Amino acid sequence: MKLFILTVMNGMTLAALYFLVASGFTLVFGLMRNVNLAHGSLYLLGAYVGFNVADWTGSWFLGVAAGFLGMAVVGAILQVVIFRRMQGQDLRQTLVTIGLSIVMADLMLAVWGGNTYQFDPPSWLSGPVQLMTAPVVKYPLYRLVLLASAIVIGVGLWLLLNKTRIGMMIRAGVDDRGMLAASGVNVQRIFTITFALGAGLAGFAGVVGGTALSIAPGEDTRYLLASLVVVIVGGMGSVTGAAIGATLIGLAEQLGLVYSPTYGVVYTFLIMVVVLAFRPQGIMGKAA
Amino acid sequence: MSWTATGAAPKPATPAWMKTIRPQHVLVLLFLIAYPLVASPFWTVQIGAQSLFLGVIALSLMFLAGYGGMVSLSQMTVAGVAGYMVAVFGTNSTHPLFGWPLWAAVPIAIVIATAFATLIGIISVRTAGIYTIMITLAIGVAAFYFAQQNYEIFNGHSGFAGLPGPVGFGMDWRAPMPFYYMSLAVAALSYLAVVYLARSTFGLTLQAIRDNARRMNALGFNVNLHRVVAHAVAGLIAAIGGLLYVWMNGRVSPGTIDIGPVIDILVIAVIGGLRHPIGPFIGAVLFVLMKNFAIDLISPERFNTLIGLIFLAIVLVSPDGLLGLWRLASDRLKAAGLNGSTGRQWGNNSWRNNNGK
Repeated sequence: MKLFILTVMNGMTLAALYFLVASGFTLVFGLMRNVNLAHGSLYLLGAYVGFNVADWTGSWFLGVAAGFLGMAVVGAILQVVIFRRMQGQDLRQTLVTIGLSIVMADLMLAVWGGNTYQFDPPSWLSGPVQLMTAPVVKYPLYRLVLLASAIVIGVGLWLLLNKTRIGMMIRAGVDDRGMLAASGVNVQRIFTITFALGAGLAGFAGVVGGTALSIAPGEDTRYLLASLVVVIVGGMGSVTGAAIGATLIGLAEQLGLVYSPTYGVVYTFLIMVVVLAFRPQGIMGKAA
Repeated sequence: MSWTATGAAPKPATPAWMKTIRPQHVLVLLFLIAYPLVASPFWTVQIGAQSLFLGVIALSLMFLAGYGGMVSLSQMTVAGVAGYMVAVFGTNSTHPLFGWPLWAAVPIAIVIATAFATLIGIISVRTAGIYTIMITLAIGVAAFYFAQQNYEIFNGHSGFAGLPGPVGFGMDWRAPMPFYYMSLAVAALSYLAVVYLARSTFGLTLQAIRDNARRMNALGFNVNLHRVVAHAVAGLIAAIGGLLYVWMNGRVSPGTIDIGPVIDILVIAVIGGLRHPIGPFIGAVLFVLMKNFAIDLISPERFNTLIGLIFLAIVLVSPDGLLGLWRLASDRLKAAGLNGSTGRQWGNNSWRNNNGK
């Protein structure tokens, strides 16, 4: 019973992390039809940048801010310098992101080496919290905060998309880019903002995820896979879908890891196949 | 998302194939046959044979992408499945399971890998276009994690070592020269098979589906079935390439199907060019040469930066790879020679237009 509760909590923590990474991925895909395969690299780079800033300033919160802002700037630069030049050529854009991820992974290895890094969160955020008295179940406070912050950010994104003017423009852009441009909206600016927001979320997730777990080379691939599967399962371009997909995948991964260790990945794969069989557009996706 | 492949025009039957052979084809073939007679064992196997079988695996991607419009990133995974299966069913020194002789293990490995590729096809044709990349990449990465964490069958992190090479007709086929000729024979047969398929009814239908799936559907063609069959054919080619891959190394491990090698196959195919079956082989030669000699240019650890930048440059400058650059250059030359007439505008090819909405 205790093991089950802890596994579910671990699954939810992982889901929170997957949601943070995948929501940026799905926003960018939904609006620009760009499968940003460098998204995992942005996660890892954000984590490294956040680590250096936190190490340098001694403030974990500045590290989180640096991870978000740093990657938002990188995302905006990528959008303006590269993707704007090949508008509408989605395959070519995707190939470019693959090239970028190869180069970024290698350069990060050159700069930060193959070591594993661990953050020090503020002391009042660490330490265990008692969840239940019988049986006694304790859980790290930091992971609960991570879960809560993912929910807050998820609600925030939903509000941004559904209740603000810019969110209205982004949603309109997802549905019909041409019509949005024709009605006088500066679509390029919307693209840049969305790309920066998506990349920033990946960087933010890098720091908070690196604190909960650790940062090491190869994490970029892991979170890229998570983003891909979450978005395929949840539906492209839907933030709600990303939340549902992240919950399913996070829980499946942790439960699989505990109850059938050598076949854990198969559950992730099966969820993807079942969703594709019955809803090729994903759980919350709209038919193309 | 579509490519127009060259040389795909329907040709009248039998004797016409003789007419398509040009002097340069004979020269290339003679060079390839004579090559190991003059090259050292290192150049024969590490450069020659490796380029050939990496080219075969990349050829399977070219077939899917160039003629089917489906960019699949799981071709290396299919090749790896064939390698893993020949280790599981055949003999190896680390984790013996079945211990069948090669003549039994090889066919079953090829059948399983082809079935796996067909399954990938069935899954990925549920969606189309750019989604294919996402799904096939997800399958490839998931397969890597699965092979890494499963110890019962796949022997986890360490995989299998000590795989015997094929022996027969009084020869050890893993010795440099026999291995080279075996790779050359496989490469030549796969190449001819793809050239033939592209001009067959099936290939033409596939190319028509790539160009306009909706219209072909309306004309009564089973679009998804053609796509699945294309995945199966490409899977068969990749599986045979994968066998050569593990025979050369004598081992197969999760590292064989890690995201690095998976992307390498895409890099090889794109650098060479996805328009013609010769592209993947050109890309493979360049890739293998760089992999072996990048040490002299930059530090060996930064090979990925170099290959990544070259890949980026190719995608940004010449979407048709080196083949596209070659055509562009020869068109320019012809245009200059003809004084005034403009060359074909390869720059404005289908990569840039027509991205399927």
